[in-house]
Amino acid sequence: MTDSNSSDSVGLVTPQVLHFDEPLTLRSGKVLPAYDLIVETYGELNADKSNAVLICHALSGDHHAAGYHTTEDQKPGWWDQCIGPGKAIDTNLFHVVSLNNLGGCAGSTGPASINPETEKYYGPDFPVVTVRDWVKSQVALSDRLGIDRWLAVVGGSLGGMQVLRWAISYPERLHHAIAIAAAPKLSAQNIAFNEVARHSITSDPNFYEGHYLEKGTYPKQGLMLARMVGHITYLSDSAMRAKFGKTVADFEGQGNNFGRDLRSGKLSFGFNVDFQVESYLHYQGERFSENFDANTYLLMTKALDYFDPSVDYQGDLSRAFAKSDCKFLLLSFSTDWRFPPERSREIVNSLLKAEKDVSYLEIEADQGHDAFLLPIPRYIDAFSIYLNRAHKEIIANAS
Amino acid sequence: MRPDLEIIQNWIEPGSRVLDLGCGDGSLLDFLKTSRSIRDVGLEIDPLNISRCLEFGVNVIEQNLDNGLANFQSNSFDTVLLTQTLQALSNPDLLIEEMLRVGKNGIVTFPNFGNWKSRFYLSTKGRMPVSKFMPYEWYDTPNIHFCTVKDFDALCVGKNIKVLTRTVVDSQHQGNWYMKAWPNFLGEIAIYHITRT
Repeated sequence: MTDSNSSDSVGLVTPQVLHFDEPLTLRSGKVLPAYDLIVETYGELNADKSNAVLICHALSGDHHAAGYHTTEDQKPGWWDQCIGPGKAIDTNLFHVVSLNNLGGCAGSTGPASINPETEKYYGPDFPVVTVRDWVKSQVALSDRLGIDRWLAVVGGSLGGMQVLRWAISYPERLHHAIAIAAAPKLSAQNIAFNEVARHSITSDPNFYEGHYLEKGTYPKQGLMLARMVGHITYLSDSAMRAKFGKTVADFEGQGNNFGRDLRSGKLSFGFNVDFQVESYLHYQGERFSENFDANTYLLMTKALDYFDPSVDYQGDLSRAFAKSDCKFLLLSFSTDWRFPPERSREIVNSLLKAEKDVSYLEIEADQGHDAFLLPIPRYIDAFSIYLNRAHKEIIANAS
Repeated sequence: MRPDLEIIQNWIEPGSRVLDLGCGDGSLLDFLKTSRSIRDVGLEIDPLNISRCLEFGVNVIEQNLDNGLANFQSNSFDTVLLTQTLQALSNPDLLIEEMLRVGKNGIVTFPNFGNWKSRFYLSTKGRMPVSKFMPYEWYDTPNIHFCTVKDFDALCVGKNIKVLTRTVVDSQHQGNWYMKAWPNFLGEIAIYHITRT
């Protein structure tokens, strides 16, 4: 039994699938004639539809951001720390909409869906989608839901990039843009890690050029490896020391053991798993590979690599924001080395140059990039204060 | 209204863009948003103050002034404020230069160490002045660069900074004619409106 009845949980939620017949022209020039988006909502939409908050998910996220699907679920949605009654995104105040992006594998149309034209899996033939394409589909979703202007569009990491795209391309459709642990574009190092992940998938003998589903198999080893390397970039050195150095008491008086806890208490003098950190990565990779589509992983990492809104403005991001008409909140975390604070500051500086309303906080946190999913008091407080203020402003303007 | 705020407010053009260096809880920017319809940006490093700014709906950037203002464009603000923060900076002279690069004019307020109370305290007790207004001991004070009205005048001369207006008030933010006559001796808080020559 879970705590789906707890007072700060949105409780049991049921996703719904929305079908879109309007063709979507993608950045690549390809056209997706029709598609499905799977969506969850939490909290009531008010009469004038002014209290809606859109959640944009990161690399491996989906529409299930909060609450539980069944009373048997062991874990709530991926951002349950921040979404619920009385939480930072307070479902007593806001109507929260969360979707699985196109190309995903949690219910929206993606490579693991059946292509109606061929009646086979899309597989590798699913077109490469970009952040711009996702946001375009999210605009179609907004129209379907009758939401003219989001009170806020919110996201962390790759989700934060979608938030920036919203502010750039659809300025009249949001009041607040909240981008957490984001970056204005990937660095060569970021792209390098993504390429290792992709290569590990595509070189798995069970990948079959992306046609693995037709063969009734999947590139498990490749996906595992991709996730393992990805996971390392989500954690900080200090977070790993803390997480895998639990027997620190044994070393009392001699400092900590740098997270070198052993799995079975002694070294094997072989090439097996000796340390807890190894076992953890294997576990994470294993679990991920069972729940995630390899082609989706390839697509998501490409969307990350391609993201660079300054590309239409001779590399000047501030010009990209020229038409933006929302307030911005950016948050970064001190030990995040995937998208470190400097990357958020690049966005902030561009916004200042464009003379936009922007607030920026650099949160001290040990947990690295993962911090945006965790209950770090200063982060949650600031997030909550900002959104409560935003809610007050909207209600004050309406009355 | 506090007389120092009244003075500062009158130097701010309605609808102008204002940067507040060390904006505290954001109350000055909030006040100027209401009274002068300014477009606001505040810089602050204290987490509690930053939260208060968010509550006010003031734009606040977490940024350490000791790292400079290199991320701000020249002439991108009408007025840059530096109120009661000068004395806590590592390089106050450099920041003064920076604020006049970023803004067309600047407003600086600081505690005047040339005030007779400080002089009296130091000369009679022979120890660093501690008061209700400046409650810190020498070793734990965030105020590491005290100066007097005369010192600041000299800095402005040395850096070719034009003083548009100089005035002083007491720690209750009240001013009067004899303070104006002997600012360095009687003024407790100095208020400068400066610009580039």
